Amino acid sequence: MRVTHWITVISFLALLLTGIEIVISHPRFYWGEVGHSQTATLFKIPIPSSRATVPSGYGYVLPDQNGWSRYLHFEAAWALVLTGLVYVIAGLWSRHFRKNVFPAPEDMTWSAFLSVISKHLRLAPANEADARSYNVLQRVTYLIVVFVLFPLVILSGLAMSPAFNAAVPWVVTSLGGRQSARTIHFFVSISVVLFFLVHIAMVVLTGFANRMREMIIGSAAIFKERL
Amino acid sequence: MSTISRRKFVTGGLAAAAGVSSLAVASRLSKKYGLVPPDSGGIYGPGETLTYAAQQLLARHSVAREFPRSMISKVPFANAIAPLSDEFKRLEAGGFAGWQLSIQGMVARPASLSLTDLKSFPVRSQITEVVCEEGWSYVAEWIGTPLSEILKACGLLRHARYIVYFSIDPDWWESIDMNDAQHPQTLVAWAMNGGDLPVAFGGPLRLRVPRQLGYKSVKFVTRVMATDSLKGFVSSVEPKSPNFGYAWYAGI
Repeated sequence: MRVTHWITVISFLALLLTGIEIVISHPRFYWGEVGHSQTATLFKIPIPSSRATVPSGYGYVLPDQNGWSRYLHFEAAWALVLTGLVYVIAGLWSRHFRKNVFPAPEDMTWSAFLSVISKHLRLAPANEADARSYNVLQRVTYLIVVFVLFPLVILSGLAMSPAFNAAVPWVVTSLGGRQSARTIHFFVSISVVLFFLVHIAMVVLTGFANRMREMIIGSAAIFKERL
Repeated sequence: MSTISRRKFVTGGLAAAAGVSSLAVASRLSKKYGLVPPDSGGIYGPGETLTYAAQQLLARHSVAREFPRSMISKVPFANAIAPLSDEFKRLEAGGFAGWQLSIQGMVARPASLSLTDLKSFPVRSQITEVVCEEGWSYVAEWIGTPLSEILKACGLLRHARYIVYFSIDPDWWESIDMNDAQHPQTLVAWAMNGGDLPVAFGGPLRLRVPRQLGYKSVKFVTRVMATDSLKGFVSSVEPKSPNFGYAWYAGI
């Protein structure tokens, strides 16, 4: 399971880098089926573009990097999807989700959420139970990332593919059209990036070396000493 | 060794063995059934092969979405093109009466067809989306001759596997597999939105491949060649211009 985490990290970073590179070729977003440089936008990102046809407002054009970016984006997407399938199947099989990720019913209350949040705000030191298992906020976040954001970013990405839309037209239709899918892909990607940043901040705050050790070789020093 | 780690060890080993042997089988089968794209080498090869093989296995006969007339974009977008040659301008001045599309390579009856000849074939009209790899798109009505009709008339040979098509611009050519070449929506288009195909959109002739991105829809087509190998055309897969380093299969 830890292997799937690190393959996901590598794929995610490759997707992020190449995704930014691809957006630079058309940093304009639309809603509906169609949209281009001569139609109204939903919003624009105020950056220079790698295409002269985009009215970016800058007097220069960045070099076109879409060739390798697109190759790597789709290869990393395959790695992420296949790894994600292994992770979800293994997680169901080993009851990882049921045991460690699905919140206990008694924790699904506002007071339980608030107590976790206030603990964080007071920067209360983690006790042993916190260090051993996920709190309700972590559990809900992981569930949203694994079962909402990742499926949505994959489907909205596929809904930009003309061949996928020919084969499975209802996905792009239910997302509101091809340009809507592109806009959704952009915002869901940003949500995943936000999760990534908070996740790293938490790892750093709770002891970077120990957390990395746990996630790479599978055991943390504090627990080892007691065994 | 505890029972759990032994079980893990055994299942892990079995999974690895199954993985390696299924990869070997998959590679053999995929070559046999044409699931390997011509740019399957290099570090991006595995991703390209997975994409192309998935499309070939799961969606070979799928049909690109066609839209109602009300969804035709009021303003279609003509991407930038290289300056047109003197030869093109001469043909344009003559109303493209002298424009010829030559069909060559692995066909029993090579031919050279004028626009009038092309219009004598069965006509197909379809309202499809042009999708650029940059991210933008528009919907237009495309009217033309299905490439499959032309290939049939010229007696396409059975062992031809790809169609290479060339623009009048010497640096501009692309290729597709026979599945896309014979697809009913693959058109040699000579009209758009009810009028002649404008030069900015590839007129007088553009090869439209609606299940793939816009860069496969080459403008100003003068030559179509059937072949069983892209080997002599390695550079056509990744031509210097306009799509340097772009993937051969552009369905995604």
